[in-house]
Amino acid sequence: MLAVQALQLQFIFIGGIKAMSEQAPFTIEQFYKQILQGKLMGGKCKKCGKVHLPPRPLCDNCFSKEFEWVELPENGKLLTYTVIYVAPTQFQGMAPYAVGIVQLENGLKIPGMIRGVAPEQIKIGMPLTIDFGTCAATQPWPQWPRYHFKPA
Amino acid sequence: MVAKEKSNLKGKPLVSIVSAGLSKFGKLEGFYAREIFAEAAKEAFDRCPNLDPKKDIKALFVGQMGESYEHQGHTGATMADWAGLLHIPATRTEAACASSGVALRTAIYAVLSGLCDVVMVGGVEKMTHRTTPEVTEYLAMASDYPFEQWHGITFPGLFALMATAHMHEYGTTEQHLAMVAVKNHYHGSLNPKAHMQKEITLENALSSRVIAWPLKLYDCSLITDGASCLILTKPELAKKYTDTPVHIIGSGQASDTIGMYEREGFTSLTAAKLAGKKAYEMADVKPEEIDVAEVHDCFTIAEIIAYEDLGFCKPGEGGRLVESGDTKLGGRIPVNTSGGLKAKGHPVGATGTAQAYEIYLQLTGQADKRQVKDVEVGLTHNVGGSGATAAVHIYRRD
Repeated sequence: MLAVQALQLQFIFIGGIKAMSEQAPFTIEQFYKQILQGKLMGGKCKKCGKVHLPPRPLCDNCFSKEFEWVELPENGKLLTYTVIYVAPTQFQGMAPYAVGIVQLENGLKIPGMIRGVAPEQIKIGMPLTIDFGTCAATQPWPQWPRYHFKPA
Repeated sequence: MVAKEKSNLKGKPLVSIVSAGLSKFGKLEGFYAREIFAEAAKEAFDRCPNLDPKKDIKALFVGQMGESYEHQGHTGATMADWAGLLHIPATRTEAACASSGVALRTAIYAVLSGLCDVVMVGGVEKMTHRTTPEVTEYLAMASDYPFEQWHGITFPGLFALMATAHMHEYGTTEQHLAMVAVKNHYHGSLNPKAHMQKEITLENALSSRVIAWPLKLYDCSLITDGASCLILTKPELAKKYTDTPVHIIGSGQASDTIGMYEREGFTSLTAAKLAGKKAYEMADVKPEEIDVAEVHDCFTIAEIIAYEDLGFCKPGEGGRLVESGDTKLGGRIPVNTSGGLKAKGHPVGATGTAQAYEIYLQLTGQADKRQVKDVEVGLTHNVGGSGATAAVHIYRRD
């Protein structure tokens, strides 16, 4: 019993480890686990307030390791796009497909496939929303879920 | 006082190129990378009879991107061995398509530090024995895995994202992109070592199959085998080896986010702008003083963006610059007289020092049919991946 308390105390002193013990790690893998649960989450630095997408274990702005999870807006606008005709092996069955970079309502950017709209109707600036449905392509490692974008 | 003078590199030669070599670029069937590198090394040795390679060369820096192509890592030692330079320190640098541009920068560190009087720097890649999907996959490793590759974004796809943004923001057209291809294929037709030595028409380029819209087949550089190298020394020792050294007077290298999507904008490359700025400052040269340049045209849009990032024109005017003919042989500032990555070919690791090889030929009057007249100052611009690395060097003839 005492040993357990001592351990807990130690966790209080070593802030980083305490945070790790209570919270999911601020990693890319964890980001995708949350995608699987239908959540678009970023890591907010507790020291300087910078929101990271994807989350990082070390703030590139102030070098803090203290973060909290924040939900990110699911809507955004399309900044640029392309239609891939010659695809990597594991995506060949889907080609041609559109991919773009979306700026979320809070200003952060994220790339992804754009589905549910004909390629010739895609326009820079169009409103898009995230869709958490998984996509058909599979790859042996690592097995991450996928998200994509669709017209808002 | 002496120390102060030493630290001020502005406008002074950092190192001198006393020789250079380039293998044939193309589909070199039946050859390993090490054998192709030996071909480039042999040319550099032959060009410089005053050099005793085994005695004089104190280190090798060699750029190479991928172990996957030949199932062969440990490239530094391999190339030193097969170039006949056994036992010297041999170091491989990897920065995707900027691997040997970074090797050059690293070699400059070695010479400037005083540790080595003479070094060899080069690059190599053997690619054509692999299938196109395999090469596509290996090249994609230079981009962000969890957000770019994972969502099906290919390498042409990343540059297509830049092209779409550039077209939207500045009115650049698919014709402008095609004009870069036509120009570089024309230059390639004058280079006996180029992979493609045939001219193409605007119609050929525009009607080629779409790879990643708006980029078509002729907007993409080639999958090529090849090797390149330079022999560098301290400026004060250059004349011991040659009467016609070329001095490197500016060197800049910079990095950026591995994920392109995180960057502020998609119509320029911050790393290239920063590397260029540093190189210009060090060389004490302005963009308008550049007489000839080799820029990283891995895709046609990349050459247009390079014009803008390097100050050859204002942001957004790159399309109109190629249209004006200013960057063609005979124009105000000929760009990619070698044929560039587009026609000479892009053996990824070899590209950076292959660009330097072309500038070396130009500044020593050895560029034959593609010789630019009255050249004094040249520039190379080598980009890794979608711009997470850039290396810019500025050269002056003796």
